[in-house]
Amino acid sequence: MKLTTKPLLAAAAAMAVAWLGAGALADESVMVKVSLKDHHFVPAEPTAPANKPITIEVTNQDSTPSEFESKTLRVEKVVAGGGKITIQVRALPPGRYRFFDDYHEDTTEGFLIVQ
Amino acid sequence: MLGALIIVFREVIEAGLIVGIVMAVTKGMAGTRVVVALGILAGLIGAALVAAFAGALSQAFAGIGQEVFNASILIVAVLMLTWHNIWMASHGRELAGEVKKVGQEVRSGARPIYALGVVCAVAVMREGSEVALFLYGLVASSGTTGWDLLLGSAIGLALGVAVTAVTYLGMLTIPPRYLFGVTTTLITLLASGLAGQAVVFLQQAGVITAFAETAWDTSAILSDTSLFGRVLHTLVGYADQPSVLQVIVYFATLTGILSLSKIVATADKRSRAAAARA
Repeated sequence: MKLTTKPLLAAAAAMAVAWLGAGALADESVMVKVSLKDHHFVPAEPTAPANKPITIEVTNQDSTPSEFESKTLRVEKVVAGGGKITIQVRALPPGRYRFFDDYHEDTTEGFLIVQ
Repeated sequence: MLGALIIVFREVIEAGLIVGIVMAVTKGMAGTRVVVALGILAGLIGAALVAAFAGALSQAFAGIGQEVFNASILIVAVLMLTWHNIWMASHGRELAGEVKKVGQEVRSGARPIYALGVVCAVAVMREGSEVALFLYGLVASSGTTGWDLLLGSAIGLALGVAVTAVTYLGMLTIPPRYLFGVTTTLITLLASGLAGQAVVFLQQAGVITAFAETAWDTSAILSDTSLFGRVLHTLVGYADQPSVLQVIVYFATLTGILSLSKIVATADKRSRAAAARA
């Protein structure tokens, strides 16, 4: 059973590294704020400058949880009811990037306009 | 109802496939069923806890708790799968003929089926927590359609369990002499895909910023949100818009597991040859 501790130690180390690395980047990025209200994004089409890292802040004003997701931005993150999350997105070329609530994809979507 | 069914079903597919594979890989080994069942149970409890504390988890580690948690449990799963394959590389020969002996080794805890139990738990916990949150949202905001949606969710869940059964039974149709090769390959690809997913979480958290560009976009040809795309996503780690680093880590994990297995197998062969001479 000697081997069993190794993967766990490695995982703990990975966690520690991940934690230490956090917060290093928030300074240079552009902040974009979006709210969820009655299962709609407000604003539905936020804008951001091209070629700069973006921090997206999602505030959920509904009482039920949502999952903020985007294929093109490559993010998926749960936002608890009444909760707030932030997500880091790489610098992007100009374009329209669709995002949605994974739990209500048919009704709850928006676009990040990068220009 | 159909919407709820589809959402729950597609969340359960990944866990369903993984549990099915683990059951097939460990079939006939002593204690397997208990380990898999315990893994699923632990996963369900974990899922409920993750869902219940989703808000608190988000706030942990300066707001990147979700990502750190997801990446960490994915890395644990990758290590467990790697360990399993390496163990198999040194003991695989015994499996071919001496099932009885292997059964004994399992009883003494030599074969890492516990590692695969952990993999089941991780898979169930990840998908289960999303289903739990979705269901909670349904119940909390339920009007007249609440029961209808819950029924849809129940059917979605049942279909997910069916995926497990189909995967398991499908793998049992593979002739025994090929089964070892097939499962080793599957687990290697599965582990590489999970390592790639862990990278995406760390990139989303901003922990890693290098190589974040999109490597390719094949979403028009095969979307990884389609049913077939999702199955491929789990089995071989297919992604339609992966980051460059995701691709690098995928192949690094693949190469790492293959070379470690090779090294271990060679060393095992040598020690056996030495033992035979003595």
